[in-house]
Amino acid sequence: MLRYIVRRVLWGVALLFLVSAVIFLIFYVFPSADPAKLRAGRQANPQLIEQIRDQLGLSDPYLEQFARYMTQVFTPFDWFGAAAHGGTGPLNFGRSFQSNTPVSEIIYERLPATALLVAGAVVFWLLMGLPVGIISAVKRRSALDRTTMVTSLALISAPVFWLGLVALYLFASDVGLIHVFPGIGSYLDADSFWAKCWSLFLPWLVLAAATAAIYARYLRSSLIDVMSEDYIRTARAKGVSEGNVIMRHGVRSAITPIVTLLGLDVGLLLAGNAILTESVFNIPGVGREIVVAINRSDLPLIQGIVLFGAFFIVTFNLIVDIAYAYLDPRVRYR
Amino acid sequence: MSLLEVQDLKVHFHTEDGVVKAVDGASFSVEEGQTLGIVGESGCGKSVANMTILGLTRSPVTSIEGRILLEGRDLNEASADELQSIRGQDIAMIFQDPLTSLHPFYKIGKQLTEAIHAHQDMSKQAARDRAAELLGLVGIPDAKNRLNDYPHEFSGGMRQRVMIAMALVNDPRILIADEPTTALDVTIQAQILRLIQRLQDQLGMAVILITHDLGVVADVADYINVMYAGRIVEAGTLDEIFYDPQHPYTWGLLGSLARPDRPRAHRLSQIQGQPPSLLAPPQGCHFRPRCPHEFDRCKQTPGLDPRSGTREHLDRCWLPPERKRTLRVIQGDQIGLEVPAA
Repeated sequence: MLRYIVRRVLWGVALLFLVSAVIFLIFYVFPSADPAKLRAGRQANPQLIEQIRDQLGLSDPYLEQFARYMTQVFTPFDWFGAAAHGGTGPLNFGRSFQSNTPVSEIIYERLPATALLVAGAVVFWLLMGLPVGIISAVKRRSALDRTTMVTSLALISAPVFWLGLVALYLFASDVGLIHVFPGIGSYLDADSFWAKCWSLFLPWLVLAAATAAIYARYLRSSLIDVMSEDYIRTARAKGVSEGNVIMRHGVRSAITPIVTLLGLDVGLLLAGNAILTESVFNIPGVGREIVVAINRSDLPLIQGIVLFGAFFIVTFNLIVDIAYAYLDPRVRYR
Repeated sequence: MSLLEVQDLKVHFHTEDGVVKAVDGASFSVEEGQTLGIVGESGCGKSVANMTILGLTRSPVTSIEGRILLEGRDLNEASADELQSIRGQDIAMIFQDPLTSLHPFYKIGKQLTEAIHAHQDMSKQAARDRAAELLGLVGIPDAKNRLNDYPHEFSGGMRQRVMIAMALVNDPRILIADEPTTALDVTIQAQILRLIQRLQDQLGMAVILITHDLGVVADVADYINVMYAGRIVEAGTLDEIFYDPQHPYTWGLLGSLARPDRPRAHRLSQIQGQPPSLLAPPQGCHFRPRCPHEFDRCKQTPGLDPRSGTREHLDRCWLPPERKRTLRVIQGDQIGLEVPAA
């Protein structure tokens, strides 16, 4: 087991290295706005732009820039002019091209909003998806089952930004038809933890909707399969109550693949729908920040946030694989 | 009063294609300490009939008629809760495939104690002791430690022993064994059958042994019911079925047994054709389309009556008994076992 974990961690580091290289490549190979020009502002003279370019280290060969960045992130040494451009590492993600603030500082500042958004959404989708899936499987072909399955199909098909706008139109306390939940930008005004949670209520619902629907459908079909297994019949023949047959024997088996799914989806959430939701609801999170960073050609910030996301995906996958060994005793890693 | 008496049981499944008459009027009974063998090919309704005893076939699409009397109490009228308390306590059941019949995620100690706690208030430790005692009883060495193993750490035969132990933790009065040896190889098969028989002698329970193989019940059963297409076609004592079989279907089953005791090897005979669809079984005798001795009267359904001369030996065949005794001789060899010289 330990050997397996060590190997997976090493692979994870290699993967993060690869991700950085790909971002570098994309940034320099495909056309993008010149960060130095953006930094210099309107009608700047060419000398100033040149000066800024030198400061940011953009005039160095690409390979040297890449090597410098990798040095800062992974080693404590002053190689490739690391100290002069953003300082030495390890875990130094450089400074933003535009605001000159350290990237790590920006991420740490933005992280709480995103973490709260994602954590709440995960709780919501599990609370909605799992019970619906179980009830639909147990009461198969009932009116309830059909209604929830059709609704879930609609939710899966709806893009999250559209769902967000519809939710605002219907329920936001400022622009909505019914004034129920706090609307756009309310997170910025919230001062206490609970006020923040309340302001995130609508985003949570929106972000959780599609995934809850997927989980409900997945658990439903998985549980229906499991309930026809021989060991379910054995449990019934033992005289175990039907509730326990469903929960302890059926759901216990049906939920294991959901755990795998959960690990992947939390990672993907950070990389996708959270960005859209933060943009729609104007939540000052990491997702909204990367949109700004891309618009401003702010390479260190893009790099930092993407690496951060990749780190989470790799970590969650590892946690899921380890959890799987505990959930299914037949699984053993070597 | 019999320990368990099933009277005119009908189990019909309402499907999109029509009504499947899985069990169409089956009656049988079993006494304390007795072994009843129910024999028939796949899909004849033997498993469905027995799962119905425990209420395991109840569903919105199933209609169940007839009476299932456990010491005079009709289980067909019992509520789901009452049946739940009977399952595993008064009547226990083991199944065909021990590889898939245990929950893969729980240690077997947990699965055994769960069966105990479903019916008895017992401390955790006492339940574990009881579980270990039964594992020992069914012949699993080092029983106490093996409680901590998962099902996948046992072989097929060992898992069936675990299943048997699990069925017996609450001292049931009836054990229904549904093809308990079909998924096992022949040597293990003999061990498991011997084990069931030994436990029956020790604990005095009644056993209903369901199988498609007359060879399996030959050693252990007191009574045998032969089932075909949802009906019992012949019922009698072990000796009556083997030495004086009355129904052509029973002849077919006996003829298909491999007989190492026969002096000269000969080809095993087979029953021609396929079992009928239970959606639209043939009118009259269900075996009629496959029967080489069919005649006019077979279009009427024969009752399950004593015809051979003994009161307890019942069959559903219109042929006169004398005629049966001449017909069943094929190739100079009598079907069934030769009556041993006294």
